[in-house]
Amino acid sequence: MIMRRRFAAGLLCLLAALTMFGVPPASAAKATATEPPKVELVLDVSGSMRAKDIDGRSRISAAQQSFDEVVDALPGETQLGIRVLGSRYRYPGSSKTVGCRDTEQISPVGPMNKTEAKAAIATLRPTGWTPIGLALRAAAKDLGAGETTRRIVLITDGEDTCAPPDPCDVARELAAQGIHLVIDTLGLNPNQKVQQQLTCIANATGGTYTTVQHQQQLTSRLNQLVRRAGSTYQKTPRQVAGGAQCANAPVLSPGVYTDREQFGEHRVYRVPVSSGQELRASVSVGLDRRLNPDYGVLLRATSQDGQELVRGTDAGSGRTDVLSTGLRWSDQRSGEPSGQEASASPSASASPAGTVCLVVSNSFSAPPGVRTAPGMPLELTVDVVPSSPAPSGPDLGRGWLLLVVLAAAGLVAGLILGWLARWRIAIWKEN
Amino acid sequence: MRVTPLLGLPVATAALALATAGPAFAGGKASPKPRRTIGTAGTSFLTATTVRPGQTARLSASTGDYLYWQFAAAAGQTDQVAVTLTLPSETSRAGAATWTVDVFDGLRRRQACTEGPQTVAAQPGTAKAELHCTLRQIRSWAEPWSSDPLPGTYYVRLSAVGLPDQGAGLPVDVRLRISAKNGNAEPSGAHLKAPLAPAVNPGATTAPEAAPSVEPSAVSSAPKPIQRAKSWFSWPSTRWWWTIGGGVLAAAMGVAGYSLTRHPRRWFS
Repeated sequence: MIMRRRFAAGLLCLLAALTMFGVPPASAAKATATEPPKVELVLDVSGSMRAKDIDGRSRISAAQQSFDEVVDALPGETQLGIRVLGSRYRYPGSSKTVGCRDTEQISPVGPMNKTEAKAAIATLRPTGWTPIGLALRAAAKDLGAGETTRRIVLITDGEDTCAPPDPCDVARELAAQGIHLVIDTLGLNPNQKVQQQLTCIANATGGTYTTVQHQQQLTSRLNQLVRRAGSTYQKTPRQVAGGAQCANAPVLSPGVYTDREQFGEHRVYRVPVSSGQELRASVSVGLDRRLNPDYGVLLRATSQDGQELVRGTDAGSGRTDVLSTGLRWSDQRSGEPSGQEASASPSASASPAGTVCLVVSNSFSAPPGVRTAPGMPLELTVDVVPSSPAPSGPDLGRGWLLLVVLAAAGLVAGLILGWLARWRIAIWKEN
Repeated sequence: MRVTPLLGLPVATAALALATAGPAFAGGKASPKPRRTIGTAGTSFLTATTVRPGQTARLSASTGDYLYWQFAAAAGQTDQVAVTLTLPSETSRAGAATWTVDVFDGLRRRQACTEGPQTVAAQPGTAKAELHCTLRQIRSWAEPWSSDPLPGTYYVRLSAVGLPDQGAGLPVDVRLRISAKNGNAEPSGAHLKAPLAPAVNPGATTAPEAAPSVEPSAVSSAPKPIQRAKSWFSWPSTRWWWTIGGGVLAAAMGVAGYSLTRHPRRWFS
């Protein structure tokens, strides 16, 4: 039954993709058709979850109730897993070495058995340490690798007590692996330090951070995130590694790509563009770490011998998620005789299509102490469409001057015709 | 003189038919009754939620979220984005938060707002904040090197660019409304062969020696003969009315001029 339903859902997705975007490449269609959306909830059950400050109830009981409600409202095709951390050993009381390896999956990612999941949630008792970094790594492993976006929702009330590894670095590492992972974080009445840590984890993976003060708020936010996972997981960009020079850069066809770029690095890609076609490219660089306030991104299209064709640039300062820019370029030399073109650039005469190099560079910088590797996430879209020729002047007119000119012309024509007619009649009468 | 209204009638009916067909064509495949309110927002350019002009998006979010929507705009349109924020209660806010609404075109290029306020600093005492952004009029064609607004997809991003310490993650109610005003597209008679819609499918790297084939998207977006004919008679263009009116006026003046010279006594007696 589940298989059939999944097949139907996949077929629907495929149909939707076909109607919306034309026929996609075969590999993309396969990936979108087979995989259901996958989410894992990671709940902190460390000792501090006993605190009674969510609508007068303990944090853990509020979380348990919300989890029950989320499991009840789970959309049919979404696969939800639940992992807890700090559920077995006591903090303080047990040694750090065992306490910091304390994370277990109480409900696997897959078609959910709701009664079993709820029973497992009900048995949770807040006791242990808070190994957030370890739990995130384990959750990423639970969700597996694939072509679609996976989401982790982390619910915690305290900061990591087991660093290193720093959970924020772990999140950035996971994001850099190219497994399309987004981590959303929820803090239960957190202090400022926890808030900063959770915001950092969310920003590193393009997720969101929410402060939770009421149980109802927790439920609605969790439901919103699970629904979001179901509606936005399919379109993931293709992983690519840009070259340092144009000569060894990867050749891209239209589509969306993702890459990583470090501070001051240049990433180069090649796109074949024949005459009569227009190249459209856009780039977004994600600000996934603490950075100095002023920054910029530059996208340049150059010919193979390094001549700049067009550039797109944007700069900013302050808080933002991505910095984007884009460009259009079309080959306008189609009217020139071919002999002249061949003499001008021998490389162009070798192949009918010219090749344009896209160079992505940035002017980001970070305060001391911030890691520069892995580079910042970069999203590149490339499209090649028919170019639009420059329009000729308008065939029709507009405005009062036009009316005056036409009226005057009409009047003069009428007067001349009238005079001609009088003159002819006068001559005719004379004869 | 009696000929004019008779001539004008079919022209006017054709104009009406084309004018009514125009917006429907520009707005894409309009479903019979689009929902008035949308309850979601995307979190990136790729996951932006589609909103039609005239529709409202309403949802609860957290301060610090980056919310994305997208809408389609046709040539000649002037679009306006209005955002109303219901801010978290005073007790949980520490200081002033600065909210801003950014608009990007299909190539993720920042678009200027001709009217604002695009950015609002919400002081701790205020419960509501209103943001507006009126875009430039969409042009029907622009040189590839320019950054003029062109028909295609537009992205709206709502974000808090400045947050106080402890200011992230608080509940906020967001209401977004997009409205469009139609007008004459400049330059007239011109059109963009493919709207500025971004690529959304994952791409594929090809071998460097592989001959570039014509992509299906390029083929499907090539103009059909009917579309080309439509661009010649691109109603509602006021140039038609001015030119037709000018012709009628010229004819009337011609007749008047003729009769003035032939029978001056009828005029000066």
